[in-house]
Amino acid sequence: MIAHLLRSLLQGILVILAVGLIAFSMFRFVGDPIASLAGQESTDADRAELTERLGLNDPFPVQFGRFLAHAASGDFGISYRQARPVADLLAERLPATLELAVLSALFAFVVGIALGVYAAINRRGVIANGVMVLSLIGVSLPTFLIGIGLIYLFAVELRWLPSFGRGDVVHIGWWTTGLLTDTGRKSLVLPVLTLGFFQLTLIMRLVRAEMLETMRTDYVRFARARGIPERRIQFRHALRNTMVPVVTIVGLQLGSVIAFAIVTETVFQWPGLGALFVNAVQFVDIPVMAAYLMFVAFVFAAVNFLTDFVYLLIDPRLRH
Amino acid sequence: MTEPLLSIRELRVEFPTRRGILTAVDGVSFDIAPGEVLGVVGESGAGKSLTGAAIIGLLDPPGRIAGGEVLLKGQRIDNLPPEGLRRIRGKRIGMVFQDPLTSLNPLFRIGEQLIETIQLHTGMNAAQARDRAIALLVDVGIPAAERRIDAYPYQFSGGMRQRVVLALALAADPELIIADEPTTALDVSVQAQIIALMKRLCREHNVAIMLITHDMGVIAETADRVAVMYAGRIAEIGPVRDVIGRAHHPYTQGLMGSIPTLTATAERLTQIPGSMPRLTDIPTGCAFNPRCPHVFDRCRVERPELLPAERTLAACWLYAADRRATA
Repeated sequence: MIAHLLRSLLQGILVILAVGLIAFSMFRFVGDPIASLAGQESTDADRAELTERLGLNDPFPVQFGRFLAHAASGDFGISYRQARPVADLLAERLPATLELAVLSALFAFVVGIALGVYAAINRRGVIANGVMVLSLIGVSLPTFLIGIGLIYLFAVELRWLPSFGRGDVVHIGWWTTGLLTDTGRKSLVLPVLTLGFFQLTLIMRLVRAEMLETMRTDYVRFARARGIPERRIQFRHALRNTMVPVVTIVGLQLGSVIAFAIVTETVFQWPGLGALFVNAVQFVDIPVMAAYLMFVAFVFAAVNFLTDFVYLLIDPRLRH
Repeated sequence: MTEPLLSIRELRVEFPTRRGILTAVDGVSFDIAPGEVLGVVGESGAGKSLTGAAIIGLLDPPGRIAGGEVLLKGQRIDNLPPEGLRRIRGKRIGMVFQDPLTSLNPLFRIGEQLIETIQLHTGMNAAQARDRAIALLVDVGIPAAERRIDAYPYQFSGGMRQRVVLALALAADPELIIADEPTTALDVSVQAQIIALMKRLCREHNVAIMLITHDMGVIAETADRVAVMYAGRIAEIGPVRDVIGRAHHPYTQGLMGSIPTLTATAERLTQIPGSMPRLTDIPTGCAFNPRCPHVFDRCRVERPELLPAERTLAACWLYAADRRATA
């Protein structure tokens, strides 16, 4: 069990190192940092001095090691464009993205599992089949279209909800939250629906398929033969077995919801990490891009580790 | 004779399919007395498992009981609502399936599964149910039951799991256990242990067993009476010694002739030519007539009912009164 978790942890660290290498390579291969920093009127001597001061004459492994050491202590350098520490920029934007992603994942997870179980139990029901057809839309429509559609309906036509921004936020220490104000909560609704919808339909279809599979197994049949009530079989015996494969997918999806909220953030002008990254790409702000890459790798590694941990909780066979 | 524990009357099980209705069990009748072991043998597809499933209302849709009656101590149970049947399952009729490796829920401790079943049917509190669960595990021969009760199914071998499955079937002291191929998936040495265990449990708990199998050896070892099924009907039924030793139905005779024995020195096993008909084209008359060595005209047109043949009943025109008179 410990070995299993250690292996999972090691894998996560390897992933972060590999992504770190890619992020670091960007500094060397995308543009010339000296040219961006020194300006046009600098002399060759100035440039040489700057190159030496930034350690750019050191061998590659030394530079990479320094980059990793700095990254580990939260130092991602200075943004080329905003001339502020990248770590500060990330910290400023992180709450917005996390709030959006966690709420979306929660929404997708809870509603997705509930609908999936419902669709599996009432396989031939009219509502269940209607839900399945609707879910096809969720799987096949691109996220930005859903976002734009929701904006059109709820912001433009009905005027119930705002179409962009976070509304008023409350500062709690360095964290900011939109959950405590009315406009903040209203602003969350559409982005959360947009970001969570695809995941929701995916989870729902997966849960339904797995549940149908589980309901055909021998132990469900034997549970019936023991006289266990059908509801109890469905929610106690079958659902837990259904969760084993579902957790894998949900884990991966949760990672991508946090990491790739970019599209949704762009559509709703959400002041999160995704929007920061898109801006950074436009202005070739490499420290910000590198830091964002590292952040994404970290999120995926962490979620993956968590997933393995949840596995152990669900399935006793893996604990040995 | 005492009132039968279970009585099946003219049971019909049908499967509606796109190509019409298939009759998988067709007019099957038999009784099981309290504490009796009735063996049900037949090839795959003869309808023996479906008969078992139909009795406790666990036919997989679209299969359905299309006719006949199932009586438990004289009370009809085939027409009960699902909830009524559920209360009988596990409490009055237990069931054991073929594969012990997949019969237990892999994610729950065996104790949880036992206690769940016990509490459901007896209304015991958790502590009482746990004591009973341990007693049951001891009874079915699980060593160190107090410790093993908290183990997961994957920590048991196949034979041990089948013992746990038996404990689960016995959890609420049922009057009847339907055992569907309980030894088929096990090693031969383990089979013998499970059979001995079932015989002992049957005696000590005074529970009747409907033992479904295609293994004649298991039947000979365990059953009091045996019913031989062929193409959804009973071909022959009677005391186990008579059916095995002095079979009357040509199909039973063929079946017995095709069992290899360790002692016999016969050069080759006899075999029944052909194979059991598919449900879609069961021949008219006796379903066995195309393969029967004694076939005559009547067999091809008229379907035989069970007729007395010495101490067994055989569905065969060879034993019709008029023919016996001339024979």
